[in-house]
Amino acid sequence: MSTPLPDRHASIPVPGALERFAHSWKSAALTLAVGVVLLVALPFALDDFALVQATVYAVMALLAVSLGFVWGFGGILCFGQSAFFGLGAYTYAIAVTNLGDSTVPLLLSIVLPAAFAAVLGYLIFYGRLSDVYMGVITLTVTLILFNVVNSTAGPEWTIGKAPLGGFNGIPNIAPLNMPGNVDDVIGPRGMFELSVGALLAVYLLLRALLAVKLGRVIVACKENEQRVALLGYDSRAHKLFAFVLAAAIAGLAGCLFANWGAFTSPTIFGLAQSAQIIIWVIVGGLGTLVGPIVGCVAIQWLTTQIGTQQAINSNLVLGAILVVFVLMVPKGIVPSAGQLGVRMLKALRGGRRDVAAVSTQAAVPRTRSAAPAADHEASHSAPNASHEETA
Amino acid sequence: MDLAVIVLIQVLYAIASLVVVSAGLAVVFGMMKVINLAHGEFMMLGAYAAIESVRIGVNLWVAMLIVAPVSVAAIGVLLERVFIRRLYGRMIDTMLATWGLSLLLIGIVTSIMGNTTAGISAPLGNFSVGAYSVSSYTLVIIAVAIVLAIALRWVLLHTSLGLIARGTMQNPQMANALGINPSLVYSATFALGAALSGLAGALLAPMTGVVPTMGGAFVAKAFITVIGGGPAIVAGLISSSALFGAISQLATFAMTPVFGEVALLAGAIVMLRLLPQGITGRFFKGAL
Repeated sequence: MSTPLPDRHASIPVPGALERFAHSWKSAALTLAVGVVLLVALPFALDDFALVQATVYAVMALLAVSLGFVWGFGGILCFGQSAFFGLGAYTYAIAVTNLGDSTVPLLLSIVLPAAFAAVLGYLIFYGRLSDVYMGVITLTVTLILFNVVNSTAGPEWTIGKAPLGGFNGIPNIAPLNMPGNVDDVIGPRGMFELSVGALLAVYLLLRALLAVKLGRVIVACKENEQRVALLGYDSRAHKLFAFVLAAAIAGLAGCLFANWGAFTSPTIFGLAQSAQIIIWVIVGGLGTLVGPIVGCVAIQWLTTQIGTQQAINSNLVLGAILVVFVLMVPKGIVPSAGQLGVRMLKALRGGRRDVAAVSTQAAVPRTRSAAPAADHEASHSAPNASHEETA
Repeated sequence: MDLAVIVLIQVLYAIASLVVVSAGLAVVFGMMKVINLAHGEFMMLGAYAAIESVRIGVNLWVAMLIVAPVSVAAIGVLLERVFIRRLYGRMIDTMLATWGLSLLLIGIVTSIMGNTTAGISAPLGNFSVGAYSVSSYTLVIIAVAIVLAIALRWVLLHTSLGLIARGTMQNPQMANALGINPSLVYSATFALGAALSGLAGALLAPMTGVVPTMGGAFVAKAFITVIGGGPAIVAGLISSSALFGAISQLATFAMTPVFGEVALLAGAIVMLRLLPQGITGRFFKGAL
């Protein structure tokens, strides 16, 4: 229903162009294409050791995406995303030790963190607690889990056949197997393909979600919760949904992580882990889904490099990065790099246009894209609201 | 009977230590609305300041009650001037930046001191109640907590310094028009909060042991206490410390210390669902 832009505008990169590209299917297709190429090519390019390393990058990227979604699009800063990650890992470890076959444990490791998030999210969102309380409560829950799991070292702490192991963690976790056949276990290459595949699937799922009404309402809740409520949507339910979905993704990442190392310990609930996830997202770029992946890979690589030498402490570097990004690059790498690219393109084509022309062009697409969306929402929500009241 | 006395002392100690741990945060959050996630690391710095000055021969009490708060206040002013003042009014960014600072401080101290536990033994020895023996130092903590609460209330309510600080926090432009430099007041308030954090770290050092990562154990407790307390700084601090301290200590007696911590945190989450504005958002309204 919106009129196409004149050619003159379409060929010129204006500030709105970047934003439109980020929301278009082109960017999703590009990301998926890159992902699929990596998925197919890396097993040939890398030896087994490097492939195993690449797997953990993909698993952590999945965790980063879960926070990138709930924080960047839901506006919910969860300081305890590692709680769901850890729950997923422990759920898988305990269930697979008891059951043998890994199909049900895999599902449980997604469902249980989601259920936990549903209870926690109910307490937070339906109590109408503000952002700050949200941060503190999620942080607290993470610490509770860490303390509890850390203290379960004795032999009396077992669930079924699985000892919890306290601060020693659970070693020798059975790997995933093909459904129904316990002996057909997954190898390093299968693990890599599964992890990257899960990452791509989750990326696609989230992009699709953000393109439909449910996802748009979630984003709208972030922008203006009151207006969303006045339009007849239940903002609390939408936020709860986003929170639970992110927890489910984090749980899946936890399950894959437990598979990757065949080991899980309470440190994955720890504050350091929670801090890392937030750093990945803020470094990569808040409000994008690719950003957290880029940030995660970059920071993971950096911490691995720091780990190989003794002079500089990794906490020191991570802390410095977090402070610098919050103060100086609040948008993160991916959006900043995109802006830089647009600016350079503009400078290259420069001379022909003056600043005023650029600024009016910038304003045009933005209002054009916003207005139909608002009409659309209003015309849909009004009958919905009245319908619900009469029903 | 003896057991009852012991339980009473332990509960009072739990409450007092929560007051001591949370006081610095209560000032910084209550007055300035700054979420200082580096609070635990300020405590850690205070503890190290005390231990190091004892090592070079300073009297223990001087080290704990003077050296630690003063040196942490100095560091607090520095950090406020360089980082935190750029973020006033942006609560989430402040939270993230102070978390970055906390990691940075842990990293720096680990590089200098090493990742080992240092400690000073608790002074004053023990006294006995019937068959039980209690460290006299617990009584010191209880006394300090009482003095701290009274002094904080007195400074904020009855001195011109407190009046200026409260006025500036409410309306910085108006305070500025009246000839007060708001940025100086912000620095001073942050310094007071940092000093209280440093004092807490030094006081608790003999009880807990000192490692660069010790802050993590306190920061969540302190936050829960301050947020559970609600808008009134001193009344909120005392009431929520009393509630959570009692819960955690009784749960500790019934089960284990870990379970006590869990009961504290879980109780706080449930309480925030019932009283989203904190205790003083519902009761003792208008108190300070």
